[in-house]
Amino acid sequence: MNVQMPSLKFIVLLFIVAALLLVFGVVHQAGAAERKNPNVFNRLLKPKKPFNLPPAKDGYHDPEGEGVAYLQPPKEAFKDLVPAKVGNHVDWVRSLESGKITPRYDRLDPKAKPIVMDLNIVREVKGSMPDVAYPHKQHTEWLDCSNCHPAIFIPQKGANQISMAAILMGQKCGVCHGKVAFPITAKTCRKCHSRPKGRKGKKAKAKKAASKK
Amino acid sequence: MNHAIRKTGLSGLLVMLLTVWGLASPPARAEYGDLVLNEHAEKEGMPPVIFPHWFHRIRFRCKVCHADLGFQFKAGGSGINMLKIIDGKYCGACHNGEIAWSVENCNICHSGKPGLKTQVIGSRLGTLAPPRAASKP
Ligand code: HEC
Ligand code: HEC
Ligand code: HEC
Ligand code: HEC
Ligand code: HEC
Ligand code: HEC
Repeated sequence: MNVQMPSLKFIVLLFIVAALLLVFGVVHQAGAAERKNPNVFNRLLKPKKPFNLPPAKDGYHDPEGEGVAYLQPPKEAFKDLVPAKVGNHVDWVRSLESGKITPRYDRLDPKAKPIVMDLNIVREVKGSMPDVAYPHKQHTEWLDCSNCHPAIFIPQKGANQISMAAILMGQKCGVCHGKVAFPITAKTCRKCHSRPKGRKGKKAKAKKAASKK
Repeated sequence: MNHAIRKTGLSGLLVMLLTVWGLASPPARAEYGDLVLNEHAEKEGMPPVIFPHWFHRIRFRCKVCHADLGFQFKAGGSGINMLKIIDGKYCGACHNGEIAWSVENCNICHSGKPGLKTQVIGSRLGTLAPPRAASKP
């Protein structure tokens, strides 16, 4: 008798496991079938992911780790900052300018002021895209000259070869943009390509258009 | 004997449930700019370190870490380890019990899932499904 009871329970358990296996198999096969359809509407575009997830749910922090409960969820910190559409979904430049955040410029001295340099470098761009105006002002609010000069850029207008390909590969502007500073997406092209093509360009284009008629 | 079988049955069930639950959970993404540092940590039995840029840049400009404290613009590039940290270098310049909580709070830094590689959670190409060659097993 005593031996019979647990083995019955065991059989029931086996059934449950078998049922689960079946369900799992079906789900798995459905998934495989979906993957095999060559004509799904979006082959490459991934569905929009949720952003600013709390650490325990972001897929990188271990939810079982003892320290995770201490970490701040980004949404809580970003609540009053100026929003943006990409990256951290925070406009860091505007958040700093408006005093919503006051990051220290010195590790110990909360009153140290940054050495800000207001110098725009305009770089003419091949083709139809507007020219790039590189602003020293917004950069020197955050960074030191030595962060860029001379390792990333020789400090001389036009002395550096910069291309979009290099940037997307993580060189030049791409050392920071795409990793920590705002990323390179269709929503941010105009942040860098902000200067309409020069007068000369416009006139030449107008002439071309006129001669075509 | 039966007891042992029941135990394996139960743990099997648990594994099954976990797998199904894992498959059903939504796609996740760490915060933009978060870094995983795992050059040595996991090899030495500690979970990977996750460093949140967003959290620190609310409190410090990039210059403090990347010019004054010598952090390189490359995850894993500065050769950080615990000895340097307790000697007051890198993370230890602040996580010393004076500017920020001290190093004995291991798990607040060592908070990553096992198996993560040293990397920056950036954006480039991140919105595309992997190309065919890469998605093949
Ligand atoms: C320039 C100073 C500084 C440096 C360098 C620094 N931290 Fe911090 N960190 C802080 C401060 C300040 C806090 C906030 C402390 C508090 O809340 O009491 C903090 C908090 C944190 C947190 C917790 C964030 C939260 O959600 O509360 C983590 C994780 C962390 N630091 C990891 C690191 C790691 C890893 C390194 C080295 C790679 C590092 N820090 C280097 C100053 C620094
Ligand atoms: C985020 C990167 C970055 C930082 C930080 C930075 N610069 Fe530059 N700087 C550039 C770029 C890009 C150029 C343009 C180079 C080119 O056109 O090839 C430039 C050009 C220059 C030039 C040449 C201007 C000219 O007309 O020829 C000088 C001088 C200069 N920077 C000085 C500084 C000083 C001083 C600081 C610190 C206060 C500084 N830069 C900080 C990126 C930076
Ligand atoms: C060393 C890191 C670094 C490099 C290299 C760098 N940037 Fe930036 N850039 C930043 C940071 C940090 C900000 C502040 C905004 C943010 O974090 O999103 C910024 C902001 C900007 C802004 C201001 C956007 C606004 O909202 O006003 C422009 C424009 C810009 N960068 C263009 C460039 C261009 C063009 C280059 C290359 C010639 C470049 N950056 C190289 C770090 C960098
Ligand atoms: C971080 C700043 C930045 C962002 C964001 C950015 N660009 Fe650029 N882009 C540049 C710079 C710098 C150059 C090089 C200009 C030069 O020749 O000196 C450039 C050059 C180009 C060129 C000319 C061809 C070449 O490779 O030199 C094209 C086209 C272009 N960008 C398109 C884009 C598009 C499309 C986007 C949005 C998806 C974009 N860019 C976003 C900075 C940026
Ligand atoms: C302020 C953040 C921080 C704290 C707190 C911290 N660590 Fe680390 N730890 C790091 C970083 C960063 C590394 C280097 C990561 C890498 O690339 O592997 C590291 C590496 C390690 C390593 C790898 C080998 C070595 O010696 O460097 C071990 C082991 C380790 N930590 C143990 C600990 C223990 C135990 C504690 C608590 C007493 C602790 N850590 C607290 C940030 C931290
Ligand atoms: C509290 C310190 C701290 C501050 C502040 C900070 N960083 Fe970092 N940053 C780090 C550490 C630590 C690393 C990783 C270095 C390593 O592993 O050797 C890093 C790495 C990077 C990388 C390399 C990522 C990669 O692997 O490609 C970039 C880019 C970067 N930081 C940009 C910035 C910018 C831009 C700012 C200012 C908006 C900033 N950081 C502010 C600590 C900091």
